[in-house]
Amino acid sequence: MEIVILIKQVPNTTEVKIDPKTGNLIREGIDSIINPDDTHAIEAALRLKEAYGGRVTGISMGPPQAIDALSEAMAMGVDRAILLTDRPFAGADTWATSTTLGKAIEKQGNYDLVIAGRQAIDGDTAQIGPQVAEYLGIPHVSYVAGIESVDDGRITVKKAVEDGYQWLRMPLPSLITVISKINNPRPFHLARLLDACKEKAPVEVWNVADLNLKVNQVGLVGSLTQVIKTFSPKSKREIKMLSGDAKTQVRELLSELRQKRLI
Amino acid sequence: MNIWVNKELCNECKRCLRACPYQAIEMVEGKAFITDRCTLCGTCVEVCKEKAIISEVPTKEIPDFSQWKDVWVFVEQKDGKVLRVGLELLGKAQELAKALGEKVVGVVLGHNVAKEAEILLRYGAQIVYVADAPELDTYSTLPYTRVLSGLVKAHRPSILLIGATVLGRDLAPRLSRRLGAGLTADCTELSIDLKERILLQTRPAFGGNIMATIANRFSRPQMATVRPGVMEAKEADNPRGEVINVEVNLEPQDLVVELIKYHREAKAGVDLTEAKVIVAGGRGMGDKEGFESLWELAHLLKGEVAGTRVAVEEGWIPQNRQVGQTGVTVRPELYIACGISGAIQHRAGMMNSRYIIAINKDPQAPIFQVADWGIVGDVREVVPLLTQELRDRFARG
Repeated sequence: MEIVILIKQVPNTTEVKIDPKTGNLIREGIDSIINPDDTHAIEAALRLKEAYGGRVTGISMGPPQAIDALSEAMAMGVDRAILLTDRPFAGADTWATSTTLGKAIEKQGNYDLVIAGRQAIDGDTAQIGPQVAEYLGIPHVSYVAGIESVDDGRITVKKAVEDGYQWLRMPLPSLITVISKINNPRPFHLARLLDACKEKAPVEVWNVADLNLKVNQVGLVGSLTQVIKTFSPKSKREIKMLSGDAKTQVRELLSELRQKRLI
Repeated sequence: MNIWVNKELCNECKRCLRACPYQAIEMVEGKAFITDRCTLCGTCVEVCKEKAIISEVPTKEIPDFSQWKDVWVFVEQKDGKVLRVGLELLGKAQELAKALGEKVVGVVLGHNVAKEAEILLRYGAQIVYVADAPELDTYSTLPYTRVLSGLVKAHRPSILLIGATVLGRDLAPRLSRRLGAGLTADCTELSIDLKERILLQTRPAFGGNIMATIANRFSRPQMATVRPGVMEAKEADNPRGEVINVEVNLEPQDLVVELIKYHREAKAGVDLTEAKVIVAGGRGMGDKEGFESLWELAHLLKGEVAGTRVAVEEGWIPQNRQVGQTGVTVRPELYIACGISGAIQHRAGMMNSRYIIAINKDPQAPIFQVADWGIVGDVREVVPLLTQELRDRFARG
């Protein structure tokens, strides 16, 4: 079974802080990690390979340092890794990103299944999986919480929905996006990480020309949406702080609530 | 392809620093310096009065979209009943359509759903398209994408809004790619820029630490998803309109994904998005026993109990009662935040509540930034007192 996984390197957003003076993100000292949902995609791919044989290829689009994420993926057991990096890729929205990833999947060779994490923690859009599937013209199922079976050219998966689970069957090649419930990712092997980091790192690096794309199809120029402004979230409310001992505060609060007819 | 600053022309005005959406410009030795965070978006080039920023990036022409009109809302249904999130989006659509002088259009896909069209009209739709077919009863990506993309291509809406449910977050990206349309996920604010007549889409990024406003200038429809509970449903002043039945023509390749089993869990009996009052607890509740005290308070106020991610992780409350970025978004009449510091991820899920009370022992806690009333104190003292006072009050009638 030939499996392609999509991997994104993201800043560990749980550590992100805002400069209270400027309202800007403080980027210094923030770790980059493999997007958490993507580690589950890697694990799912490795388990399928163990059950059915074949090869797992990891693809990531990002700045040159995203090679670290792919090296880690190889240390988990991914066979082949491809980094799509080039200045014109920068600033891509999900449209330009899905074009780039889709093109890379076609170029890397045959595939039976593409696996992506449901969403990345820096953007939370959950758009890339379905958009890549549409680009490739293959069916997809998102929010996959379990892979039940692969047989006779078809895959059966369990999808998490608001009120329970759906079991869905579709022909290969197809794409799934996985949620963290699907598995517990294995730790990576230090020895393999060291191998992956050696001078002749086996991560392949492709640029815009390698993908036969034009500069105006990728990155910000190839995007349909643009960020026009960023700001730190602010509240328009004015707070009334209640004073006195706890009992006084509570009584004052209740009279405020009564005035607003909330009780 | 490149961009640089002509240091001789730069007069240190810092306009470019403020304008850069990516915070990619810094002052180095008194002059603007473009760092490698730059995405070549060109905003700085436009704001520089000294023409000191030179870019080799070609400017992109905006196509003529004057034929694309009206504000469309895809209204999701389950078991033949429309979901509230669709009505909330119709509320916002009324406002957007009014600003543009265009119409509000609702779209429902399902089986035996014709009767639901009335509800869409009541909540502001002026035209309702109903696609009724057995294959559309339970959602499946490809049939829904086929029907909706056909409708959009035929009628050319300017804006298309979709609820950011599990269904919407699956359908919207597939549809956007098929239509060649830009899509912005999980918007918390939508407005019209009247000068350009475009939709401004504001959403949280970096785990909610920062808000980004996004424009979709180069494609139509301008597609956006919005999470349930973020917008407000509004009944139309003068509800009337036309209901149009759409012919459904599916291709064999639309039916390759088969639903073989659907296991629906018995409903846990809570829908926080419908609650009028929510009493929520966080880390400051201390332990499970401390957290339990919230139930009586909620009961007295005829409300529901909710919690932060920490409260869920500690096992004080089930996950379906989690409010915040990874839980549900709520907008009750009254939200009482007890022992919640107010991490942005939590605030994102409750800051649109009508009234907010914050009780926390740390006066610097960010929860106070979004509250209407604040009590600095120990929740384990204040909550029982509040409960007692309310109980006495109700006992007196």
